Formats: sequence, structure tokens, C-alpha cells
Amino acid sequence: MAEPATLILREQFRTPVQQRETATLGMWIFLATEVMLFGGLFLAFTVYRMYNPAAFIQGSADMNIMLGAINTAVLIGSSFTMALAVHSAETGDRKLLTAFLTSTMVLGAVFLAIKFTEYYLHYLDRRVPGPGFSFPGPEASRAEMFFVLYFIMTGLHALHMFIGEGILFSMILRNRAGSFTAEYHTPVELAGLYWHFVDVIWVFLFAIFYIEGLHLHGK
Amino acid sequence: MTPVLETAVAPNYLNETHGIRSWLLTLDHKRIGILYVASITVFFFLGGLFALLMRLELLAPRAWLLSPEEYNKLFTMHGIIMVWFFLIPSIPNTLGNFFIPMMIGANDVAFPKLNLLSWYVFNLGGAITVFALVRGGVDTGWTFYTPFSTTYSTTYVTAAALGIFIAGFSSIMTGLNFIATIHRMRAPGMTWFRLPMFIWSHYATSLILVLATPVLAITLLMMAVERIFQVGIFDPALGGDPVLFQHMFWFYSHPAVYIMVLPGMAVISEIVPTFSRKPLFGYTFVALASMCIAVIGFLVWGHHMFVAGLSVYSAMGFSFLSYLVAVPSAIKVFNWSATMYKGSISWDTPMLYAIGFIGLFTIGGMTGLFLAALGVDVHVTDTYFVIAHFHYIMVGGTVMAFLGGIHYFWPKITGRLYPEGLARLSALIVFIGFNLTFFPQFVLGYLGMPRRYAVYPIEFHMLNVLSTAGASILGVGYVFPLFYLVWSWKYGKKSGPNPWRATGLEWTSDSPPPKENFEVTPVVTGPPYDFERMREELGLG
Amino acid sequence: MTAALLFLAPSRIAAEYDWLFWILVTICGLVALAIATFIVFSAIRYHRRSENELPPQIRGNIKLELTWTVVPLIIFMGMFAWGATLYFDIERPPGDATEIYVVAKQWMWKLQAPDGRREIDELHVPVGRPVKLIMTSQDVIHSFFVPAFRIKQDVLPNRYTTIWFQPDKPGKYHLFCAEYCGMKHSGMIGYIYAMEPREYSLWLAQGGAEGSLASTGEKLFHQFGCANCHHFDGHGPCPDLKGLYRRQVLITTGATVVADESYIRESIVDPGAKIVAGFTNYMPVFKDRLTEDQLVALIAYIKAIGPEPGTQQPSSAGDVPQGYGAQPGITGPGTPGVSGDQPKAH
Repeated sequence: MAEPATLILREQFRTPVQQRETATLGMWIFLATEVMLFGGLFLAFTVYRMYNPAAFIQGSADMNIMLGAINTAVLIGSSFTMALAVHSAETGDRKLLTAFLTSTMVLGAVFLAIKFTEYYLHYLDRRVPGPGFSFPGPEASRAEMFFVLYFIMTGLHALHMFIGEGILFSMILRNRAGSFTAEYHTPVELAGLYWHFVDVIWVFLFAIFYIEGLHLHGK
Repeated sequence: MTPVLETAVAPNYLNETHGIRSWLLTLDHKRIGILYVASITVFFFLGGLFALLMRLELLAPRAWLLSPEEYNKLFTMHGIIMVWFFLIPSIPNTLGNFFIPMMIGANDVAFPKLNLLSWYVFNLGGAITVFALVRGGVDTGWTFYTPFSTTYSTTYVTAAALGIFIAGFSSIMTGLNFIATIHRMRAPGMTWFRLPMFIWSHYATSLILVLATPVLAITLLMMAVERIFQVGIFDPALGGDPVLFQHMFWFYSHPAVYIMVLPGMAVISEIVPTFSRKPLFGYTFVALASMCIAVIGFLVWGHHMFVAGLSVYSAMGFSFLSYLVAVPSAIKVFNWSATMYKGSISWDTPMLYAIGFIGLFTIGGMTGLFLAALGVDVHVTDTYFVIAHFHYIMVGGTVMAFLGGIHYFWPKITGRLYPEGLARLSALIVFIGFNLTFFPQFVLGYLGMPRRYAVYPIEFHMLNVLSTAGASILGVGYVFPLFYLVWSWKYGKKSGPNPWRATGLEWTSDSPPPKENFEVTPVVTGPPYDFERMREELGLG
Repeated sequence: MTAALLFLAPSRIAAEYDWLFWILVTICGLVALAIATFIVFSAIRYHRRSENELPPQIRGNIKLELTWTVVPLIIFMGMFAWGATLYFDIERPPGDATEIYVVAKQWMWKLQAPDGRREIDELHVPVGRPVKLIMTSQDVIHSFFVPAFRIKQDVLPNRYTTIWFQPDKPGKYHLFCAEYCGMKHSGMIGYIYAMEPREYSLWLAQGGAEGSLASTGEKLFHQFGCANCHHFDGHGPCPDLKGLYRRQVLITTGATVVADESYIRESIVDPGAKIVAGFTNYMPVFKDRLTEDQLVALIAYIKAIGPEPGTQQPSSAGDVPQGYGAQPGITGPGTPGVSGDQPKAH
């Protein structure tokens, strides 16, 4: 059984409350920068969607809505387990914290596995932009732009998921070493904020890439 | 001159620990500030060398020293290095790092490890950019317009973009750190409206750093993806829109110029009250003006695109907003001037730089009014008029503020005084050299000499010769401080805690300060620049 | 040459420009002088006399600060208004302007007049008549800059931008490329020659034209098989192009577009981008099969096809101005594409 953790108060802070509030503010500022980062891509998508509505709708119809929907459910589920993890940390329940962090990681890994399966399927269908790209119908050349943005945006999101997995793993390790108590578990809270943010980005990605062409499925 | 022996020197942040590891792994914001001074000095002289080579080439109308390809690479690398590896970090990462915690009564920034990491990230970005340079350079212009950058240039575009992308993380980390520090680490009694103006200006700068830089990152990323994979995003031949690139690029790059000038204003707002021995006139207006510049600065990017294919109505919107953003800058100039009115003005070097700043920034800012006028901009955009405009602000403004700030804070940072006579002479040389270099360029621009021209028609010859003459003088003016400042660190006269008799918490500590800045956490009881309240302490009146 | 810039404004726009410019110089110069004088004066007048002196601690003056906020704002609004008015003038070509097509490429300017005359890096025009340039680039972004006339306009690939000028004094005026475009950017220069009517006639008589631009376009129209589908009798599988130029066209997305030069060009190089309502798209894609020069000729031909075949249709003043916006004029829901690429054939 590990010894109860002692709070580490960093030199630059006067009180634990100041430390926690500053760290939280730091994470929120970071998330604001992420909004601006993805925002640029959403802007590009909006512009090209305006220019090529038919092509983009067709591109969206080409997406695998089943896999996309499953992924959305998986990721939202993982945000749920993450919230439960933070709650466990708040109540000082270390075992439960590890369990929920692990569940979140597992769900995140499932998401990534499905995503890469989708990428592979796209590759087989020759939907990867570049010289080998092919798309049925007269909108092919314009639809390529849809896929360019699809791969960049979901790719950037997937990168953030990988980083998130790393963060979660480090939280698990630190928890097992006894770093977190009901009084001090700020890193877990901040990891939660990050994870939820990445989830929200996915929801927007799902909407713009998958849902648009829904009405064309089966036509 | 014998060196001053370091006998009974109080422990301070410089001598507390020794050895290269204690510097390279330091978490002390003051040491990190000095690490940054080293980095940006290297980049400044590198970028300056390119400028000198360019000006030498432009001595003659034909290509004589350099081929056009070499010239094109030089102006590109000059821009990239000066913007991202000198101007943006210059004041915030050196003086900001050193003094933001001290001015608010804290003993460090909110995230010291992040601070150190930012320096390494910055140097990594710089190394990659220098690698691109050494391998053959980039020739797209620092603005990377597509489709030239994505499809036509055969130079190291992706490497340069990567270097800048990485350096951008350093900017974001710095801005994040400063915002958190200013919000959460203030000493008891230090309310927002008791903050020195240096803090307000850096706060505004930090907002821009964190919100604008990611847009640059994503723009460069998309440009690189297009270049590497030859998929269309900005290249019309591949289905993209080159004007979209410009919108995204300038959405960052316009606020970036405020990242570059607000810290300069921050320094001036400290120097002028100190050397006038009066409070900053209209403190509240100046604080609000800084915030207005940050906010409105995000809304004017289209003024770089008036002839790029914008609709007339967009152009009008951007022109209108550009005039709005000029108002808070004008306010600051009036407030600094009014601070001097009926003051007790001392002519020390920092004040000379500050007075120079006010004049030159005014000229630069007002030529911005020309550029904001739609009809006027059509003629002078993409000419030397624009080059002169932004050099007046960046060099006549920011660089002079940087030099003024270095001199002002030198006693605090090093515990030594620089040689005043030589410093004043240097300031004069800089001022003269600067104006001779850049004023002729306004005329060149109006007469129609375009930017980025390696060769030019004969009628532009004389003005170019004048400009180059000025540049050589300016170069001398910059080299002097490098030598006498380094010299003074070892051999300069020792300084007390407050040689300028300034107000401000940073002047209450020793020179150089101890590692933890303050023995006891200060408690603030009044507004800044309160010479009246502090008259006894400072021995005034 | 320099005289054209400093004194002899060779066009009405240039003269109006100089008024605004020099008044700005005067205002800004006076303000700069005032500030410089004030701070230098203060530095001298209030130079520290004794080490310990403490001057009056003035913190501010709300009235003064509000004044110097509001007054500059008002002055700036005046500058904005005047600049915007001049800009409208610069961007709105007169209806009767002679149209010259410009194709920019690394690193030269190719100019074609309606009568088919081609010039490279030079343009000869008569004084006293407005000239409208319809410009596109074959590769990267360039910018057409004639300092004497105070005009400049970026020239973009895949679309047309326009600028106009009217030289009122004869002379030889620099033409520069003003958007960095690679190695020989500073070599992409030339001259505009404005000539008195007599000289101009003499110059024209030297000939060299291969037939008007529109007739070249007509030849291409047949040569590339356009005439096989695009009949002019109101029947046929393809839209009737008679009187197309500047017509409002309803496309399949429900939007209405104006058939300007950019629209016509796009319809040739990327027919699928906007399909006319009521038609199916089986037009071949002509991207990479036609040079920009050929496209310009075809467009000139289509513009020439009025309600009666062969009539030159005048462009009307006050229309949706050319040269700005990424798109041909658009009204209505949905917006058409700008892209002009083809199925991959690497």
C-alpha cells in the first residue's frame, strides 16, 4: 500500500489554491489555442464547401456512416468514463480512478483502431488524395478537396488522440505511484479538460464530414 | 582598466549557481531571459547581415554582387529571421521574461519549466530554419504566397515552414505563461489598475500570441501538405484558392505586427515616466488602448490584400477598421508626449531611445494611414513605401525600444552601469543611420519602385545609394552596444538597486536581484509611477 | 519618368490621387513635426535642473484625452471616405473602355487587343481613351503596376481581374510586376506607350495583327468542336451562347450567376463547376487543352456574339464590377465552385 501522497507545492506558488487555479487557467488558455488551430481548418472547409456544395455532399455520402457513428458513440462514451475518472479522483478512490482512466484509454484506442480501419478502406477505394485518387461522377476533381480536408482534419484530430492516450497513460502511472488524493488531483482534472475538448472537436468533424451527405446514402 | 574585483558580492541569480548545466537547465525566469538574449542577438546579426548584403547589391541598378536568385533568397531569409526569430521574441522573451514577475511582485512565472522548454523549442525552430538557409535558402518571400510557394519554388520551403511552425510553439508557450502569470501571480494589493503599463502591454501581446499563432501554424501546415503531396488546397491548378492562403496568412500576420510593437510600447511606457519623473499621463486610457489594439488588430488583415482580388465592400470594411485601430496608437503617442510635459527630463540613453521611438513610431504609424486609405494603397502597396512604413515601426520603433529597454534595465540585470557617453553616441548613430536608410524608401515607393526587386531602373539609383549609405551607418550603431555592453558586464561601474530612481517593484530588489526576486513578498498600496508617494524613499523633492 | 510621378500626373485618376496623397503628406507631416517639436522642446525646456527635483505629478486630463481620441477619429474617417471614393473610381472602368486582354506568365506580359494585335511587355494606346485590362496569369500571382497612372492590380491564375486607366498625356510609362513571382520578378517590366492620335494611327498602320481577337476565337470555336453542340438557333443539346455575355444564368444548384469573363473561362476549363439549369453536363473538359491566349480569344468571340451574330455587345457601366471577389457575380442560394481542375491524368 503506498503512503498517502503529500501535496507538492511548486516554488513559484504561495498557496495550493493558487497553484491549482493557475494550472487550470493554463489549460483553458491552451484549449483556446487549439480552437484557433482547428478553426483555421474549419474555415478552409467552410470556404470550399461554399464553393463546391454538390461535390462536398457527394464526398460526405461516400463516408462510412456506420463506422463514423460508432466512433462518435465510442468517443462520447470515453468522455463519460473520463468524467467518472475525475469524479473518482475527487472522492479519493484510487482504484476506481485507475479503472476509469484505463476504460477511457481503451475506448480511445478503439476509436483510433476504427479510424485507421476507415483510412485503410478509403485507401482501398482510392479516396486518398494525390495521383491515385478516384471518385465516381463528374464532381471527382472537386470532391478531392473534400478528402484532402477530411484526411488533414481527422488526421490532426487522431494525432491529438494519440497525445491524449499518452497523457492518460501517464495519469495512470502517477496514480499508481500515489500522486493523487482528494485534495490534489489537478492533473487528472486538466487531462479531463483536454480529453473532453478532443471529443468536442470530433463531434464537429462528424457533423461536417459524415452527416452532410446522409440523405444521399443508398441512392 | 582593471576589472572590478568581485569581493563581497551579495548572492544573486547570476552567481548563486555556476556551470553550464545550471544555465541550460535553469528554471529561473531571469536566467531564461538572458538565454533568450543570446539567441535573439545571434539571429539579429544574421538577419542584419542579410540586410547589409541586400543593400550592397542595391547600390547598383544591375546585378553586380549577387544574382537575382541569391537576392531573392536573401530578402526571404531576412524577413523570416527578423520577424520570427528576432522581432517577435525580442522584448517579450528577454525583458518580459525577466521583469514581468518582478514588476508584479512574484518570484517567477506561472510555469517555469514551460518557460525553459520554450527556449529550447525556439532554438530548435531556429536551427531548422538555419538548416534550410545553409542548404540553399528559401526564395518565396517571408509571406510564402501560393501557388509560388507550393508548386513553383524549388527551394527549401518545407524546411523553413517547419522551422517557423516549431518556433510558433515557443510563442504560444510564452503567451500562455504570461497570461497565467499576470492573472494569478500578482502580489497582494497589485490590482489590475495598479499594474505597470509594461504589464498591460505584455498582457495584450500575450493574448495575440496565443490566439493568432495557431492560425499561422495551421496555414503553414496546409501549405506544406500541398507542397509535399501535391494536393490542391491553395493552388488553383489543383482546385484551390490562392487568395484563401492570403486571408489565413494575414489573419495571423497582421496581429503579429502588434506582437512586435506592443512590447516596444511597453518599454517606452516605463522609460518615459522614469526619466520625466512623472506618472504616465492618462494611465487608464493607455491601458485600454493596449487592449483595443489587440482586439481590433484581429479585424484588419484584409488591408494587406486591397489589390489582391477582394470585393470592394470587403476592402471598405477593412479600410474602416484599419483607421479605427490607428486611434489607440495615436492616443499612446499623445500620452507619452504629455508625460514629458512639465516633467524633469533626464537625457540618459534609455530616454534618448524613447524619444527617438516616439518620433519614428509616429512617422511609421502615420504612413500607415496612407496605406489604410484604399485609393492611396493601390499605388503604394507592394512598393518601397510599405517597406519604409514597416521598418519605421519595427526598426525605428521596436528595435529602438529594445535597445532603450536593454540600457534601462541593464543595471538591474547585470548590476553594472554601461558607459553613458558611448551609449548616447551609439543612439545618435542609430537614429541618423536609420532615417538615412529608410526615409528615401518612402520616396522610392511613391515613385513606383516595387518591392523585392533585385535590379531596378536607373531613375531609382540615387535614392538607393542614400539608403545603402544609411544602412552602413545603422550597422555601426548596432555593433557598438554589442561591444560596450558585454564589456560593461565585467568592467562597468557597479550599480545600486535603483540608479534611475524609478518607482516599480523591480527597482526595490538588489542589482542584480536574488534568485527569488524578493526576500519578502511585497505588498502594493498604491498606483504605479507614484513619485509623490515614494518621494522619501527616492530622495526627491 | 519621375516627372510623371511628381508633377505631370498623366491621367485624371493620377491627378486626383496626388491631391489626396499630398494632402495626407501635409497633414501627417505637420502632425509629425508637431510631435517631434513638442518632445524635443520638452526635453530641452524641462531638462532636469537639480538631481532631486520633483516636478508636478500630473496624472491625466480626461477632457484632453477624449479630445485627442475623438479628433483623430474624425480626421481618420475623412481620410477613409476620400480614399474609398478614389478607390471606387479606380475599380470601376467606364463602359466604353477598350478591352485589352493580358496574360501574365513567368516572366513576361502578353497583351492582346481586340483587333488581334499582340504585344509583349509593351502596350501602345492612344491618349484620351479609357483602356480596361482583363488579366489572368498562367502560373503564379503577378501584379500589373503602372506607377504613372497610380494603378495596380494582382493578376491571378484561374480567374480574371481587371483594372483600367486613361492616359491623357503622351509618354512612355513604366510597367512593373508588383507581386513577387520568382527568379526574374524584377525583370518582368515594360512600358505603356500613350500616343497622340496621329502617331497612334501610324503605329497601327505598321500592322502585324492576325485578324481580330474575336475572329481568332471564332476559328477556335469551330476547330475545337464547340460549334457541334453550341448551336445559335435556340435548339441543340447545349446552351445557346448568343448574347451570353453579362447575362444572368440560372444554374442547377438554383443559384444565379452573371456570365462574365471568369464564368465563361471556367465553363470551358471546368464545365462541371456550374451547369446551366435544364441541361446535362457532357461537355468535354478543356483544361490543359487550351492556352490562356486561346481562352482569351474564345471569350472575345463569345462576347462578340450579340443578339445578332457578329455584333459587338458593349459592356455596360455600373454592372457588377469586375476584378474582385473569388467568384463571378453570384446571387441566390448556394455558391458555385472556383476550382478548375480535371480528373487526374498523371
